This record gives sequence, C-alpha cells and structure tokens, in this order.
Amino acid sequence: MSAARGQVHLWIVQRVTAMLLAVAVTVHLVTILLAVRGGLSAAELLGRLQGNAAWLCFYAVFALAAGLHGAIGLRNIAGESLGWRGRGFDLAWLGIGLLTALFGIRAAWGLYAA
Amino acid sequence: MMDLRPRSHPTYLAFLVHRISGLLLALFLPLHFWALGSALRGEEALEGFLRWTDQPLVKAAEFGLVVLLAAHLAGGLRVLALEFLGWRRRQKDLVALSAGLSLAVGLLFLLDVL
Amino acid sequence: MPTPERGATLEVSIWRGGAEGAMRTYQVPARENQTVLDIVTYIQRELDPSLAYRFACRVGMCGSCAMTVNGRARWTCRTHASRVVGPDGKLELRPLANLPVIRDLATDMAPFFDKWAKAGGRFQPKDAKDGAVPEEFAVVPPTSKQRREADAGIECIGCGVCYASCDVVAWNPDYLGPAALNRAWTLVNDVRDGARAERMEAVAGDAGCHSCHSTQSCTERCPKQLDPSASIAGLKRKLFWDTLLGRRG
Repeated sequence: MSAARGQVHLWIVQRVTAMLLAVAVTVHLVTILLAVRGGLSAAELLGRLQGNAAWLCFYAVFALAAGLHGAIGLRNIAGESLGWRGRGFDLAWLGIGLLTALFGIRAAWGLYAA
Repeated sequence: MMDLRPRSHPTYLAFLVHRISGLLLALFLPLHFWALGSALRGEEALEGFLRWTDQPLVKAAEFGLVVLLAAHLAGGLRVLALEFLGWRRRQKDLVALSAGLSLAVGLLFLLDVL
Repeated sequence: MPTPERGATLEVSIWRGGAEGAMRTYQVPARENQTVLDIVTYIQRELDPSLAYRFACRVGMCGSCAMTVNGRARWTCRTHASRVVGPDGKLELRPLANLPVIRDLATDMAPFFDKWAKAGGRFQPKDAKDGAVPEEFAVVPPTSKQRREADAGIECIGCGVCYASCDVVAWNPDYLGPAALNRAWTLVNDVRDGARAERMEAVAGDAGCHSCHSTQSCTERCPKQLDPSASIAGLKRKLFWDTLLGRRG
C-alpha cells in the first residue's frame, strides 16, 4: 500500500468518526446540561447507566470514535508543527487512539457493571 | 510572532478555534476516561471523585471544557458542510453560527451549575 | 486614504536582498490615481534602478506582479494605492511568502509551477493520447454539473497569491497548494480529459488535498474571486467515495 493511500485512509477514519461524533457529542452535551442541574451524584449517574446496555453501546461507540478522532488530529498537528511524519508515527498515533478508546470503553463498562 | 494581517478573516479564526479546542480536548480525553474509571472501584470512589469536582476551580474548568466541546462540534459541522455538502457560499455565516452555538451551550451550563 | 494633497508623499518600505536582506524606505509622490505597481515602477525608474521586481501585462491577466502588500498577498497591478495605504501614508512591500526570493520583490515561481505539474495540471485529451487534434468537437453542455464545476475554477492566472497565503504550504513543503489542486479539480470535471485516475492519485494524501484545513485564506485572497478551498473540498469528497466504493483501482 502506498504511503498516500494510508494517509487517505486516516483522513477517512477521521471524517467518519467526525460524523459519528457530531451525533454523539450533541447527545453528550444535552446529557451534561440535564445532568448537572442540581449537582451530580454517583447514585444518580449509576441509576441511569448501571445495567443499561443501550447506554453502554452508546458510550463504547463514542469512546472508540473519540479516541481515534483525537489521535488522528494530534497526528496532523504533530506533523505540521513538530515535523513528526511517516509510517512509524502514523502507526504509533493509531495505537494511542485505540488505547485511549479502550480506556474509555473500560470506564463505560465500569459504570455499566458497577 | 505570527503576522495577523493575512490571517484576520472569519474562516481563519474558525480554523484556529478548531485546532486549539481539538488539541485541548484530545489531551483531556485520557484524563476524562481515567476519572470515570474510578467507577470500577465502586460507587463510593465515584462519589468521592464527583465531590472533588464541586470545587469552584474545577467547575470553571468544566465550563471551559463544555465550551471547547461545543465550539469543536459546531466548527466541525462547518468543515463537514464544506467538504461533504459543498456549502461554500455561506461559510462566514456558519462561522458566526458556530460561535453563537458554543456560547449558548456555555451559558446554559453556567445557568445550570450556578 | 483621502485624496492626497499637492506635494504629499508616501513612505514606501521595500524588502531589499534575497533570503537575507533588510527593508529600505523610499519617498514617493502621492497621486490621486496610482496602483501599487505604479509606485514600484516609479521607484525603479526615478529613485533606485537596482530594484528587482516582475510584471508584464499591467491589466490583471498575466499573474506575474503579485507581492506582499502591507502583509497580504495581492496582485499589484490591480491594487489601487488608495485601498491599501493607511492614513499614515505608509506602504510595506515584500516578495510573496512561501517561495524562494531571487532578489527584492522577485520570487522564484519554479516550486509553484512544479507542483502544478505534479498535481496533473496538464490537460490530457481522452480521444487523442498522442496529442493529435480530435476529429470531432467535444460537446459539453454549459449547464451540466461538471461543466459548471470546471467553469468555477478555470479563470486562474497562476499569480501565486493563494499559494503565498496558505499556511499549510508553510507547514508542509510537499503540499501541492491551492492553485495546483484547484487546477486538478477543473480537469477532473473536464469530460474531455482522459487522465482522471492518475490525477486523483496525484492529489491524494498529505501532500495533496487531505492536508487542507479549510482556513480558506486562498479563497479570501484570490484576486480573481475563485474558490480553491471549495475545489479542494470537491477532491476530498470524490476521493472519499471513490475509496469507500472501491473505485480507485
């Protein structure tokens, strides 16, 4: 696979995750604005999320999209301002993105199974 | 020092806001997931963390993050509109709309927590 | 700037030298009707014959007189002094950014045109691969979507103003830049052209359209009011679907 082709794939992943995030972040912001009324409490949070498979799925997809989207964004910034370019850096960023996503999915699982 | 004279148009400002908000959000994401992961250690650990966030300084940071997220969402929708729908004529209106949207979300958050 | 008084002068500072150099200031008589190029020509003819700059047509067709005027890239032959000189009567002229400086206000445009070629900027007739003239005229309906897309970007004069205004060019020396990508998009929409597949590959990736961040400085500064930013978006859109639908071969 040519270098350019891999770069196009990264761009496509970033835009597809952007479209997912457009929906997910809107839901997230509305949830935040509703949830912070009267203060946050663990009981309230777990009451909504504990054992709820729909929220678990939502947050798993959200975390995956956010992790990848953020890492590819950082890749672009690092390439342009620090000169970190090339296949090695791209793979490292992809790894960081997946690791971040995994971390988020772990947290979502924690709230689901708590 | 960056020369601002060739960079004073609204779409350049939109780019700057998008880049800076994206950078900060991407750096914040692992912290966010780590904090939510406290739920893995039970309801008490989560409650303890949430009470820590009641401090005014943390609330102020949360306000900042909500505004950054809203700004990045709205600015991202502008980019998607240009790239995928070919909306080229009303770009400056979209920039203004994005700014308005992120301010509105920030204001709602402030009204909620105060 | 209001109508200049009789005997009023402009304080014009100009970059002198190559990559290394300094600004030098000249006093030029202010006239009611003068372009920035007129001012530069006055300096070279009356004050300092060693000043290097480039121009040809003086009517906004050839694209050779672009310079950085008070911080912004502009075509100087169609830029009226009254539009850019502040109330303090000062004018600052530098060579175009993002290009090697030959001397004073003249830049080496070679990288700009090399990238134009690299982006597949040459028309490749579909019916005549060897360059022969096709026997029949191609019929391209003026209202067809592709014709309108091509029309929107076809008036480029290659002045380099967009290239000099683009931050991505400064950040990534391999980036083809707005003019070359805009040219590629007009040819991708030219139904008579036969090199579309190669051209789409040439503009894909970090050196091509995918590095554009839509700051739209190119669109903001283009003296011909073209919209290279929208052309680049068109390339991205086409490559997105071509890749996802497996049409790239």
